Amino acid sequence: MSEKIKEYPGHRIKTADLRAGLVPLIRYKPEAKFAFSAGAAMSRFLEELKNGRILASVCKKCGRIMVPPRTFCEICFKPVDDYTYVKDTGKINTYSVSFIAADASRVKEPTIVAVIELDGASPGMGILHKIGEIDWKEVKFGMRVKAVWKPPEQREGAITDIKYFKPLKEGEE
Amino acid sequence: MEMFGKRRVAVIGAGMTLFRRNLKETGKELCWEAAKMALDQAGLELKDIEAVVMGTAPDAFDGVHMKGEYLADGAGARKKPYMRVFVGGGTGVFTPIAGWWHVASGMFDTCLVVAEEKMSSCFPHPAYAFHTIFDPIMARPLGVTLIWIFALEMHRYMHVHGIKKEQIARVAVKNKQNALDHPCAQLPQKITVEDVLNSEVLCWPVQRLDISPTSDGAAVAVLAAEHVAKQLTDNPVWIDGVGWCIDSTYWTNRDLYYPKYVECAARMAYKMAGIKNPPKEIDVAEVYDPFDYKELHHMEGLMLCRKGEAPRLTEEGVTQRDGDLPINPSGGLLGVGNPIAAAGMMKVCEIFWQLRGEAGKRQVKKDARTGLAQAWGDLMQYGSVIIMRS
Ligand SMILES: [Zn+2]
Repeated sequence: MSEKIKEYPGHRIKTADLRAGLVPLIRYKPEAKFAFSAGAAMSRFLEELKNGRILASVCKKCGRIMVPPRTFCEICFKPVDDYTYVKDTGKINTYSVSFIAADASRVKEPTIVAVIELDGASPGMGILHKIGEIDWKEVKFGMRVKAVWKPPEQREGAITDIKYFKPLKEGEE
Repeated sequence: MEMFGKRRVAVIGAGMTLFRRNLKETGKELCWEAAKMALDQAGLELKDIEAVVMGTAPDAFDGVHMKGEYLADGAGARKKPYMRVFVGGGTGVFTPIAGWWHVASGMFDTCLVVAEEKMSSCFPHPAYAFHTIFDPIMARPLGVTLIWIFALEMHRYMHVHGIKKEQIARVAVKNKQNALDHPCAQLPQKITVEDVLNSEVLCWPVQRLDISPTSDGAAVAVLAAEHVAKQLTDNPVWIDGVGWCIDSTYWTNRDLYYPKYVECAARMAYKMAGIKNPPKEIDVAEVYDPFDYKELHHMEGLMLCRKGEAPRLTEEGVTQRDGDLPINPSGGLLGVGNPIAAAGMMKVCEIFWQLRGEAGKRQVKKDARTGLAQAWGDLMQYGSVIIMRS
């Protein structure tokens, strides 16, 4: 703001007026429904989750093994050459611990979320998922983790077929 | 100097509204108030404006889909060439960049650049409106929120450089203090590092006082070609460099400790402005600070210091208004408020006022001739940078 300007437009609504319903509040629940096509690579990825396997794409030009898999390499801008499986183990690249829900309300039990670099994928290739079976204060960068899968009959071809990743003990694979 | 574009472009006027949660004014009215102020400052009337560029972020905040059209009358766009730009949080600095090419290209002699956001329409919290920005297959089923992913980035940055929360908290202390001198500021406060560290944990390592508020507001600038600017004012502020860049949307495949895309945008802008040594040549900078760690992260991406060095400069007071490299003298998003697009545009306005010597109590101590404003957005992947000179 310039010191040449002496008046600043804008008037705040009083909280009491908001609470008293003096501000028109339109409650709107969208009825729109979306059927997202997953595409060729991600459809296979979701099918393989039902089998307890994690699918990756291979680009021979840049040499990357990519998770999540994709039909084209965004660097080389060409179709990927192959698909392969990576392990359901990996290490924590970074993590955070959420004490609030999507609507910003407090939650009782915090959610630990992490970017997990999966074994067998190229370095730095992570996926977003949750961490479980550990107190949040014990989580460490670089910690080895393994997927905890839903029982096969409960899997539905979704990223949530992996319930979360749990820490691996020393020497565990 | 190497000339990019056809013509040199100046900012000749700027205006803004109060930044507040729950403003009575509609989005259109906020645009009009800030636009009228900017036109008055430039000594122009709406009939003198040849084109209008509007910048505003997700429609879901205002709750009006296609809000470029919704806001057009307030932006003074009636019967004029008009477009809306949107690059997430990067919009506020990208909007004047789009205005710049309207004029630099030779298409128009004047352009009104309008940025607006009204986030408090969305109940119970605008964070909710962000759900649909995430990948529907990999991310949404997990219940992902924006604060999750920013906390992931902050934590990675802290881990790679061994940065402590105390160091990052100093940014919040500085910016909220700076905002005490900004008449439009929403959250000016005198707080301590301890206050930040003791504030409510939202998503570790992010706490309540690490974060900017939900805001309504608008900010506007008037751009003019050189021959018009020189007729209208003795002290135009020139836009000498612009840059913008996006990185891959596969953000879990990138190392979040460093914003390479901000570096790319900065290199583009520095090259255009003929800047070889940014820390020496930039006198004052408004870098995007929706969270306190982002100011440090962005100082490094903008090459205003070496990687991992920004916390130390902050501790040493280098980034204070009387320091060698004042950062966010306005009070930033942390102090002035964060109506997304309007917040980025507020930074451009602040550099304009700083370079004109009109910033009053906020004026930086050094004789500022070259300034920078930057914004950041999308899925931690977009940078927009503008360099201005008096
Ligand atoms: Zn490739």
